[in-house]
Amino acid sequence: MLKINNLIVYIDGKTILNDINFIFEKGKTYAIMGPNGSGKSTLAYSLMGHPAYKISNSKSQISNDNTIVLNGEDITAMEPHARAQAGMFLSFQTPLALSGVKVYQLLQLAMHGKKDPLKIRNEAKAYAKELGISEELLNRPLNEGASGGERKKMEVLQAAVLGKSLLIFDEVDTGVDVDALKSISKFLIKYKKDKTYIVITHYNRILHYLKPDHVLVMVEGKIVKVGGPELAKTIEDEGYEAFT
Amino acid sequence: MKVTRDKQKEDLNFDYKYGFSMPEKSFYKAKKGLREDVVRMISKIKKEPDWMLEFRLKAYKIFLEKNMPKFGPSLENIDFDNIYYYLKPTENQADAWEDLPAEIKETYDRIGVPEAEKKFLAGVSAQYESEVVYESVNKELAKEGVIFCDMDTALREHEDIVKEYFGTLIPAHDNKFAALNSAVWSGGSFVYVPKGVKVKLPLQAYFRINAERFGQFERTLIIAEEGSDVHYVEGCTAPIYTSESLHAAVVEIFVKKDAHVRYTTVQNWSTNIYNLVTKRTHCGENGFMEWIDCNIGSGITMKYPSVYLHGEGARGEVLSIAFAGKGQIQDAGAKMMHFAPNTSSRIVSKSISKDGGRTSYRGLVQVSPGAKNSTVFVSCDALILDEESRSDTYPTMKIKENDVEIQHEATVEKLGDEKLFYLRSRGLNRADAESALVLGFMEPVTKKIPLEYSIELNRLIKLEMEGSVG
Repeated sequence: MLKINNLIVYIDGKTILNDINFIFEKGKTYAIMGPNGSGKSTLAYSLMGHPAYKISNSKSQISNDNTIVLNGEDITAMEPHARAQAGMFLSFQTPLALSGVKVYQLLQLAMHGKKDPLKIRNEAKAYAKELGISEELLNRPLNEGASGGERKKMEVLQAAVLGKSLLIFDEVDTGVDVDALKSISKFLIKYKKDKTYIVITHYNRILHYLKPDHVLVMVEGKIVKVGGPELAKTIEDEGYEAFT
Repeated sequence: MKVTRDKQKEDLNFDYKYGFSMPEKSFYKAKKGLREDVVRMISKIKKEPDWMLEFRLKAYKIFLEKNMPKFGPSLENIDFDNIYYYLKPTENQADAWEDLPAEIKETYDRIGVPEAEKKFLAGVSAQYESEVVYESVNKELAKEGVIFCDMDTALREHEDIVKEYFGTLIPAHDNKFAALNSAVWSGGSFVYVPKGVKVKLPLQAYFRINAERFGQFERTLIIAEEGSDVHYVEGCTAPIYTSESLHAAVVEIFVKKDAHVRYTTVQNWSTNIYNLVTKRTHCGENGFMEWIDCNIGSGITMKYPSVYLHGEGARGEVLSIAFAGKGQIQDAGAKMMHFAPNTSSRIVSKSISKDGGRTSYRGLVQVSPGAKNSTVFVSCDALILDEESRSDTYPTMKIKENDVEIQHEATVEKLGDEKLFYLRSRGLNRADAESALVLGFMEPVTKKIPLEYSIELNRLIKLEMEGSVG
């Protein structure tokens, strides 16, 4: 599904991700945990192709083995939109408001005519209802006047309409209340099917719902531990001290 | 894929949908340059009454005396001696589409006049080479007493009304280009809406200039009587030229008590044109004037639609978009003059500059003593797309009354990298993401204009934006 080989990421010449190697398998749910500044969001942005994060590989540039491969396709040099088209979706930690860009318009542009505009509209409406966000929000420019919780729900809604295969949720549980967390989690479970989820989080509470197959712990730009759901419980009880 | 700007330009020149030139086929062409005999000749050909000839001659003298504007972009390259001041395309006006000469019809077909007409036009007044050659007024409108015709016809058939209003709001001595227009005006629209009549569909005029070195000096006069309502739309597209051209129009609007006029402009002259236009409204008691002004084309535009709020409770609004690409200067703004109590004005200006283009917001708000309880709102937002481009704001407020509420906001922004990344992560390539943000920035204004115009406007902006890829 997603294969990361020897990934090193620099920002302004400083190394912030160091030698990441991991294979995310199809249909599984992964949790990535770690203290603040450990590189979790950087990993998400780098996978999506953010231009500020310079990707380099630890070994020689010539080697074919230093790559990010999504569904068998080498996306290492691809622009963000091409990665999206290859099947990746990123749910942002702090989704921005886009003045004048309406939700439907954005979804339509993102689908490149692969889904009928009316179908997009109907789906979005249905998902909004399930997530408990008002339909009126869909007719407005994206996230304009929306609360933190509504913004997170809007990310999840977009994920459902766009129908990608690898979904990265960067702290989708931060800044949402108990009820919102519940409806987001239920929604993600319902539409999981054979998708791969990567859930970046600080808290165990969302993992109670999503039940990850694997928990990855990141510290100082490295994956330092991989374990089962019990690892999240340990972290909740004991913190990250054991890993640093 | 990488597309360079030059390649884009080449493509545009090869098949530029929104600016194309048809072969000239004019029946009459004055000599180049402006002299008194040219002014006399124009008036004679049009068989005008003596007072109009006198008006023209007086204006001609004022034009000679007046200085060029002391503010704004340089106009020193305008060569007044190298311009044709009158051109008449066909002998008579055609009143049916079928009667139009083939070339003119083709030109209109390419900008979709009949298409648009079929859909929701109330009447079409199409200007071609300085004279209105085609016009059809909806019969229903005529039944209600609405007059919608070209200025020359209005002068012949409704001389009393024209004489009462013409040049009273924008006198020839207002500025050099108003004087020039007053001396040599030709064509333009005349709209008269009787008391209480609400015109439901927008009245539209299509303007074109099609002769090289030809200046177009149309003159428009709109009178909305008490309690009436009308929306007038002018859309401009122009052929690509090799030499300079001048467009100096004058638009006078009278909004009577409780009346409402909305005047929408989509200006897309080709970039060798000087677009120097004077637009003004006299607004009566509880009247409401809206100027919606979109400037995409021209080399240099200087335009500051104004509303003189004379009646108590009168409202004025200017919503404008200015887009300046390579080599373009858009010096646009608004003027709001509060002369009566309880008047309100609102200016919303959105400008975009890229590839070294320059936009300026130049505005004047004046509240006279006694204009109590008036409100003023000014908001100007500038979007600058690259390091070479520039935007300036010149807001002037002359407030001579204490009992007023004033709000002024100004922002300058760049296309945010994070916003772009967000859109790109959703599957939009860079150019699409950029145009989505630019169109979003303009949306507060574009949502106010008729759908087909906003679609064309969005398409034009997208076309301009595509040039920035690479």
